Amino acid sequence: MSSSTPRLVRTAQSDPVPPAADRADPTGPADAAGPTTPRTTPNENGDPGRTGTRARPDVAGRLFAMTATGAGATILVVLAAVAVFLVLRAWPAMTASAEELSEGIQWFPEGQTLLGFVGPLIFGTVLAAVIALVIAVPLAVGIALFTSHYAPRRIASGLGYVVDLLAAIPSVVYGLWGVVWLAPRLYPVWTWLADNLGWIPLFAGPASQPPRTVMTVGVVLAVMILPIITAVSREVFLQTPRLHEEAALALGATRWEMVRMAVLPFGRSGLISASMLGLGRALGETMAVLMILSPGFTYAFELLQAGRHQTIAANIANQFPEANPLGVSTLIATGLALFVITLAVNMAARWVVSRRKDFSGAN
Amino acid sequence: MKIDRLSRPATVVAIGALSLTLAACGSDNAVGGATASGSPDTEEVSTLSGQLEGAGASSQESAMQAWIAGFQSSNPDVSVAYDPVGSGGGRTQFLEGGTQFAGSDAALDEEELAQAAERCVSGEAAELPLYISPIAVIFSLEGIDSLNMSPATIAGIFDQKITTWNAPEIAAENPDVELPDQPITPVNRSDESGTTENFTEYLSATAPEAWPHEPSGDWPVSGGQSAQGTSGVVQTVTDGDGTIGYADASKAGSLGTVAVKVGEAYVPYSPEAAAAVVDASPRAEGRPDSSLVVELDRTTTADGAYPLVLVSYSLACTEYDDPADAELVKAFLGYVASEEGQTAAAEAAGAAPISDALRAEVEAVVESIA
Repeated sequence: MSSSTPRLVRTAQSDPVPPAADRADPTGPADAAGPTTPRTTPNENGDPGRTGTRARPDVAGRLFAMTATGAGATILVVLAAVAVFLVLRAWPAMTASAEELSEGIQWFPEGQTLLGFVGPLIFGTVLAAVIALVIAVPLAVGIALFTSHYAPRRIASGLGYVVDLLAAIPSVVYGLWGVVWLAPRLYPVWTWLADNLGWIPLFAGPASQPPRTVMTVGVVLAVMILPIITAVSREVFLQTPRLHEEAALALGATRWEMVRMAVLPFGRSGLISASMLGLGRALGETMAVLMILSPGFTYAFELLQAGRHQTIAANIANQFPEANPLGVSTLIATGLALFVITLAVNMAARWVVSRRKDFSGAN
Repeated sequence: MKIDRLSRPATVVAIGALSLTLAACGSDNAVGGATASGSPDTEEVSTLSGQLEGAGASSQESAMQAWIAGFQSSNPDVSVAYDPVGSGGGRTQFLEGGTQFAGSDAALDEEELAQAAERCVSGEAAELPLYISPIAVIFSLEGIDSLNMSPATIAGIFDQKITTWNAPEIAAENPDVELPDQPITPVNRSDESGTTENFTEYLSATAPEAWPHEPSGDWPVSGGQSAQGTSGVVQTVTDGDGTIGYADASKAGSLGTVAVKVGEAYVPYSPEAAAAVVDASPRAEGRPDSSLVVELDRTTTADGAYPLVLVSYSLACTEYDDPADAELVKAFLGYVASEEGQTAAAEAAGAAPISDALRAEVEAVVESIA
């Protein structure tokens, strides 16, 4: 028996096309046909009447290549332009002394350096995003597995559609919903947490009322990032090679064991990138946080208490309207910090994915 | 259609003629301005035309919108724009000559007055307190609509020293009210604002022992509930139970409000009471005659005065380079100061209309603009 598993896997890997084609998987055919199509089609079918076609340069092909390269380069140029803008505009604040900052900006904490100011903001931003991920990822995996492996086809497609719809709701609507509808309903839950699990420092009471806390923000952010994580992981789970799954079932695995042995390992790297996409949205979310959170600038872990945390994006939106030039520069410096965090998160995610892919079965 | 039929040179001539007519309009007004100045009568067909630009305090924004709408309905050829960039930005733009008038929550300081003297040719800066807005202390407590509080009590609550509603300080001032044994949740503005600045100014002037913080547009006490903007604070106070906050009185809605102690009496917020404190306050000294800056007497004991107000000024010049500018500013500020203009602001923004005595002073200054 022990020798049969590797054999099965090898068969699946050496012959990946049939199952992929079965599912009408977009990446499969594209990979197979992509590189060859442009070269063969125009020569053989495009201009059958002309004799000199072979010598002629392939204008359309070259134009297409240039457009594609240009489009690819644009993204790099935009990224570089944003980085340069952030650094240039943040420069006055970064070079100003602590006294200049607290003299010049009314809301700047007394006797604090720029780093001391940005620190709690980074902490709050990451904390809110992490809470959102902790809530959203298990839920998203559950929804994705249900739609890909458990639900009858009709329910699955309907459910997938609804989840995708969630992604189309603007964040200001989530903010309104969170602050007007959800927050009052969460308050009893938070008081229960504070009363019963208050010995865990995270849930130390008393729970603030109204619950304009980082925990409430985390819940709303979780709802907001749920669709993207669900959609991506559902697609990844659907791509598990049918042979892996059937092999697991043939070996006597239950459906849960099949999911655990075949689907989850295969989808792990995809799941990580899905989570990172969600994390990116949670880190940068502005409007919902601005509307729900009572801000504060501390490194506090008390998730249920208001006035302890603030995120970078919400702080920028909050202070920008009345900020003087130095204040704007300081806010842009915090924006630069957010930019760096997002880059770091994405690079970490890529690193994790690349480290995992060798034994995930994805390739 | 008409232009279609015209040949190109004819169009150019027509446009040229049109602009000449417009220019003529402008100079007409400059000559015959005396008739069109002051508070423009709605019956009269206005001959004013041109563009008037202002910038400044966002506190005046909704009132300004009402003023612009009202002014333009009787002066259809004038376009007025107001950019709510904030008081500081408004003053800078005005002093640099970028705008003809400005709105500002604070009066010009000495340096700015000197700049203003330069900007205003041979005239002076005019600072007119045309937007008086009471700030209400609002709270959400079941079954209680009104409470009496002294400044020291309010300061103690917002400094998080008085933490329950049935604290002896509150109970002593409200013997007839049954206060619940419930924690107090103070709510403040999370963004920098003129409302916060005036509120903290009031607290530090009237209760210096209970309020150890400097007056500032940024809330000095950390760790409490806060929200962005007036509507955010009102929303938060409404959502909570046992919450207390401060906001533009016009937005207080159905929330309970605090009657503050003035002298020996407790005065609830009202537009008249807010206007009364401005009248009872002395003018700032050592400023040009055209500058009607009020040294708000927060500690006033005048009868029926409500000292928790925000006063926002309209800044202009008494003399402009371009007489057309002067004419427009004169007409616009004349309208703003008029009974009609003040009523419009009261309806749109809950501002307190200025008293007749103050209006007479303002009108004298507006009349001198040339």
